[in-house]
Amino acid sequence: MSVDMKLERSAPQFITHEPLLHMTNISKRYGDVVALDQVGAKVYPGEVLGIVGESGSGKSTLLRMMNVQELPDKGTYHLDIETEKPNLFDVDRYARLQLQSRHIGIVYQNPHQGLLMKHTSSGNVAERLLIAGERSFANLRAKASDALDASEFPLERMDAPPIELSGGMQQRVQLAKAIALEPALLLLDEPTTGLDVSVQALVLDTLKRLQQDRKITMVIVSHDLGVIRTMADRVMVMRRGQVVEQGLVDQVFQDPQHAYTQQLVHAKL
Amino acid sequence: MTEAVLNVSGLTKSFQMHHLDNTLHAFRDVNFSLKQGEFVLLKGPNGVGKSTLLRTIYRTYLPVDGKVMFHSARGDIDLANAADIDVALLRAEEIGFVTQFLVARPRVAAEDIVAEPLRLAGVAPEDALDQARHWLNVFGVKEKLWKAYPTTFSGGEQQKVNLARALILPRRLLLLDEPTASLDAGARAALTKRLDELKKEGVAMIGVFHHPGDVAELVDRTIELTMVSEERRPADVAV
Repeated sequence: MSVDMKLERSAPQFITHEPLLHMTNISKRYGDVVALDQVGAKVYPGEVLGIVGESGSGKSTLLRMMNVQELPDKGTYHLDIETEKPNLFDVDRYARLQLQSRHIGIVYQNPHQGLLMKHTSSGNVAERLLIAGERSFANLRAKASDALDASEFPLERMDAPPIELSGGMQQRVQLAKAIALEPALLLLDEPTTGLDVSVQALVLDTLKRLQQDRKITMVIVSHDLGVIRTMADRVMVMRRGQVVEQGLVDQVFQDPQHAYTQQLVHAKL
Repeated sequence: MTEAVLNVSGLTKSFQMHHLDNTLHAFRDVNFSLKQGEFVLLKGPNGVGKSTLLRTIYRTYLPVDGKVMFHSARGDIDLANAADIDVALLRAEEIGFVTQFLVARPRVAAEDIVAEPLRLAGVAPEDALDQARHWLNVFGVKEKLWKAYPTTFSGGEQQKVNLARALILPRRLLLLDEPTASLDAGARAALTKRLDELKKEGVAMIGVFHHPGDVAELVDRTIELTMVSEERRPADVAV
């Protein structure tokens, strides 16, 4: 089966718009280790794509490439955000930074990766706005507060540094920072891993609400099938740097086709 | 003139179970069609593949052969081979699936779960909530439970929330997988009344019923599935 056949059963007939995100033939090696092997992905506007797979399957590497913070050895990446659609792996470093700050938001599993832990939470969010050219203090504070509020962060704590907050609250600050500029694409790398189950449910609920209200296009990476089932419309299953299967979430989880996906689904508690 | 909504031809489903190195046949060469406002009852012994057929039409299961031509308001499409993104769109707009199992997100109130399809269809949040409360009331969910989380409800109460959610939007095609299982008599009567209204509005329906007597008045046609093989698939794995 060709790589493209794995991606889609047939070309969309009713959905006429272009995918927002389109990656083809992404390959990456670290020395002898193949991290990604001819991976392709399409994500349509307003859609949530889940990526599952065990540790080392390449799912987080792929997400970092979607955030253009890492480049592949081969492959193309287009985002349908402007009339000109260059291969984003070919653009210069400045253009990549612009993309990261204006059009793509990311939430990492580890808040230390996404936040300045000793700055205020509101300051962490405002930093995003500063990069985008917002200079008025009143506007910065109002917009930061809007983003924190949308992430269901308690505003009375907006001046506390993330280091003093719980894990769930830190994730909300990351989320506020990621959505402050209303990005076209929101990337989530294991956003609830390590949180208590009850906190996880609340953060997922916030994410789902935001996604539905703002129709944000999301890609969420998780090894937790329950998180993917709750959040995603479609899912891509990765193993050893390849996409072994993809489809609608209920189909992949209830009628998995590939031997590996069957193992994965049957292992779910 | 009544329009055709669904034409199923040669539909075949089997499950390849890699760890057993085995293929389990569910059904083979199923053919039928469904018109606007038509109500078809699926019958057959336990394990014959009635639910599997409904899930295959909905594309929760991938067919191995055959066609599921759906005459959508947007045009004709073969659901057996349609792109995932098209199937997702049709599920949001035209095809409903009613099961006895609630798929709820933790920590989301019953009324929000029911209102969600309306909100996603662009109805203002307050109107969506009003309608949600109306349908919760119709199916007999007590008002004090409207803001509670259904993940902790009894099976019967969960099922009522499920019905309210599944039937809140007008659909072109409804697939009903034992929607009355675990319901009390009052809720079963409310469901029958709602299905009758939908039928009159032209919704095409096909379903399996735990108590077929409940819908006897609505049934236009019965399709009986018979065993194709002694090999059966073990119980579905819920994830």
